Amino acid sequence: MTNNNEKTEYWRWLEYKKVMPNKDWKKAKIITAGVDVGSVGSKAVIMLDGEIYAWSVMRTGSNSSDSAKKALGWAMEDTGLTLEDFHYIVGTGYGRVNVPMANRAITEIACHAKGANYIWGPTVRTVLDVGGQDVKAIKIDENGKVVSFLMNDKCAAGTGRGMEVIADLLKIPIEDVGKESLRVNEEPEPVSSTCVVFAKTEAVGLLRKGWTKEKVIAAYVRAMAIRMSDLIEKVGCEKDFVITGGQSKNIGIVKRVENILGVKRLPVPNLKETGLDPVSAGAIGAALFAKALYEKSLKQ
Amino acid sequence: MKVITYYGYTDGSGEYYIVIDAEKCNSCGECISACPQEALQMEDMFIDLEDKPVAAVTEDHRKKIRYTCSPCKPEENSMPCIKSCKKNAISCIWKPL
Repeated sequence: MTNNNEKTEYWRWLEYKKVMPNKDWKKAKIITAGVDVGSVGSKAVIMLDGEIYAWSVMRTGSNSSDSAKKALGWAMEDTGLTLEDFHYIVGTGYGRVNVPMANRAITEIACHAKGANYIWGPTVRTVLDVGGQDVKAIKIDENGKVVSFLMNDKCAAGTGRGMEVIADLLKIPIEDVGKESLRVNEEPEPVSSTCVVFAKTEAVGLLRKGWTKEKVIAAYVRAMAIRMSDLIEKVGCEKDFVITGGQSKNIGIVKRVENILGVKRLPVPNLKETGLDPVSAGAIGAALFAKALYEKSLKQ
Repeated sequence: MKVITYYGYTDGSGEYYIVIDAEKCNSCGECISACPQEALQMEDMFIDLEDKPVAAVTEDHRKKIRYTCSPCKPEENSMPCIKSCKKNAISCIWKPL
């Protein structure tokens, strides 16, 4: 039964976590955490003196507060850390007001900007964050401060949740959606609907017309990439350009956005060695702000 | 520190944004009382480790800004919110197709 269930849940993506070996929290002066509760994924990052120590990425459940606890709990697993050991915790994301162990909440825009600056360095100017439920284009300065931002959260189209719905419809595992969408000889017309509900209906129609699964997914992914590029062009795409959020892993989105904008994104660092995960950019930024706010509180 | 926020969206019918410059905004709240649709509020923005209250479009109205703001005729640049702001912190992008 379990096996059968797994096969039918094409939208289900792999949760992951890690604790950095060769790091000892008992030697750290300041222990902070950032918890980013998104609409689809919950991310927790633990930092020792501003360096990544442990992290986790999990699916957000029906309750933001439980999701926050679970994500941080999973990142803390096997470390021996307890909640009392943290000097400061910042909550962010869609469910940020419901992070019970957080000392304070900060908007995800500021956290994503800070996180992108930490992951890729001071040359980053434009951040495209494609989350589960909205798309954000953020312009930042060399310190990772927000200069301007634009969010499109009118509906779930062009986001992780939309991809999950289409993956399920086409029976393509969510991790393969990007790759499959690139297996077309030429780009099909993008689907015309911007709403995921209508886009799904349109995809069903295309399948009936005899389009291959690859062609249908390409039409969907292309439509989303066009919308994201429009958003970025509104704030202006300045180099260096990076993509964060769950869809930074969708190679079909990445390649198409790069083509439309005529700019390549900065490459993604090696996650296992560095912990610099574009999916966790918001949580990384939150953990960094936690350290800065703790230090500020000491001075006062 | 310049922080410009674009509230609104682009869809099949055009582009609709209310643009607020957090650096220019002095948190006076004049725009909030000037808005006949009650679409504006003060929201804390996290800038330089401080919370600064800045005018913002309410979450409800962000997704339907085209309908919220059209009675004020944004294309004629005569919106009460824009006129009420002494710091010129509010502007709009209004391009119906």
